[in-house]
Amino acid sequence: MTATAPAPRPAARRATPSAAVSALVIGVLLAALLVFFVLPVIWLLLAPTKTAGQIVHDNPLSFGSFRHIGTAWRHLYDFQDHALLTWLRNSAVYSLGSLVLTLATSLPAGYALALTRFRGRTTLLVATLVTMIMPSATLVLPIFLELNRFHLIGTVWSVILPFSFYPFGVYLVYIYFATSLPRDLLAAARIDGCTQWQLFTRIALPLARPVVGLVAFFSFVGNWNNFFLPYLVLPNSDQFPIQVGLNQLLTSTPSFNPVAGAGLNITIPELSLAIIVAILPVLVLFLFSQRTLVSGMLAGATKE
Amino acid sequence: MTLVDTAPVAAPARRRGTPPRRRAAGPAGWLFAGGYTVLLLAFGVFPTCYAFYLAFTNDRGQFTGINQFTKVARDYRFGPAFSHVLVYLVLWLVALVVLTVLAAVVLRSRVRPGLSALLRFLYYIPGALAGVASVLVWLFMLDPDVSPVSRLLDALGLHSFAAVLAPGNLPVIFVLIAFWTGAGGWMVVMYGALNNIPDEVLEAARMDGAGHWRTAWHIQIPMIRQWIAYMTILAFAGGTQLFVEPQLLQTASLGRVSPTWSPNQLAYVYAFQQGDFNGAAAISVFLLALGLLCAGLLVARTNMFTIEEK
Repeated sequence: MTATAPAPRPAARRATPSAAVSALVIGVLLAALLVFFVLPVIWLLLAPTKTAGQIVHDNPLSFGSFRHIGTAWRHLYDFQDHALLTWLRNSAVYSLGSLVLTLATSLPAGYALALTRFRGRTTLLVATLVTMIMPSATLVLPIFLELNRFHLIGTVWSVILPFSFYPFGVYLVYIYFATSLPRDLLAAARIDGCTQWQLFTRIALPLARPVVGLVAFFSFVGNWNNFFLPYLVLPNSDQFPIQVGLNQLLTSTPSFNPVAGAGLNITIPELSLAIIVAILPVLVLFLFSQRTLVSGMLAGATKE
Repeated sequence: MTLVDTAPVAAPARRRGTPPRRRAAGPAGWLFAGGYTVLLLAFGVFPTCYAFYLAFTNDRGQFTGINQFTKVARDYRFGPAFSHVLVYLVLWLVALVVLTVLAAVVLRSRVRPGLSALLRFLYYIPGALAGVASVLVWLFMLDPDVSPVSRLLDALGLHSFAAVLAPGNLPVIFVLIAFWTGAGGWMVVMYGALNNIPDEVLEAARMDGAGHWRTAWHIQIPMIRQWIAYMTILAFAGGTQLFVEPQLLQTASLGRVSPTWSPNQLAYVYAFQQGDFNGAAAISVFLLALGLLCAGLLVARTNMFTIEEK
């Protein structure tokens, strides 16, 4: 099928060279994106297997040895009397504590918004939508000012309570109940004499498992990775979540801070290992959550 | 256990037309929504109102009109902070929209399903490192001493970490970080949106002789238009709030990066270093207004968010 063939099929004649070009463009695009997204991850995973010197001088994608991971871990563990473990525990307390409160408040609220009518319902729904779309960072400084006004700075609650306020979770539950709960089932239960509370606990909640997973994923990931609020409201290192702890580690690295970090063992392998440990819970969730992300972000869109 | 709803039993026949749930009026709804409403008031409504209150008063609680706003707006750091973020936003939104939509279209129509799923997964994984972790990783990627792409940095004339952190490069650095953690997730979402387009529509386009690119440009992209708008507005609103990235870069660069690079950092400096909560609140109000504007735009002007069931 050459360009000079007599009476060619026009589409096919044009397709050959342009198809090659577009295949090339696609290949280059996808490969470039792949390198961009994956290379830093691979580098990060390899860094703790090497010494700081090896990281600078060896091939960037070489593997050192498992022994060095142990060394890096010991240095990291010794930093400020195993502060790392304290930070991880704090992160778990803040993220899981607020997750429990988020579920306890957003499930009934989403149910009420979807299946009951009450005065002020529309207002509540609009306020939920607006606060959900606004970036959460917008409210961080105002929340800090508020907590400061009521002398709550530095308490566990100054993180857990703001984290528990999760309008996106309410919206997801609302959409789920509004679209997925069989009306006939509810009507039948009502005729059988179920109270509103029984409808919620015996029918709605058992059917809500998918949306609980959805809310839990978004809430946990968001709160575990949150830096801004705890950075403002928690003054003491032993209260830091891991994200703020990483910032502390960064200021103690001779690589980036030769003065304050001098004499400390926190170099690039230690810092890389700390990053890996810090993101591990979220990474594990991410490995299984791609579908969750899509259904969460597209919630409400498929019902047109 | 007292939330008895007797309405359906009391009057089952009279209002046969409306579904039974519509009669569940009264206090039950508020009892269910109560916990959440308290949180909404305490951490959504109240802080917003309090920030407005502080922005219009001084440290003795006296009403000062717009003085706080003019004070912070005249601050020599105010204009640069907002213009930094503006440059960042333009670069970030263009990169995000063009590359995300392009990649999603290609992954949807031009790549075998198995490979497409693998690539989407790999693109999406860095999202797990959002926040501090991503900034630290990129500090390494951009430090010519340790970077795996130090040759590339060299080729660009960036021979030292200090050269990388030159003020003109900062918006690009923040775009790289934001794209690395955020774009993969959006590609997955856009792919999901493209997947919702019925096969018959694409089939019809093919029958009419449209090639892949024309189908993408005339059918697929217009049909996910609202999702592109959604992504753009969310990314814009999020981008105005930049804080973690410049803050950490400032720490790591030993002060070479300005501590008031972004508006949120400036508000932070007002509150924490100058002890000027009213000024900090005034800057917050600027940012709140931007966030509210974006949210209002999405809720009022698109049909993305259903307020009443159809």
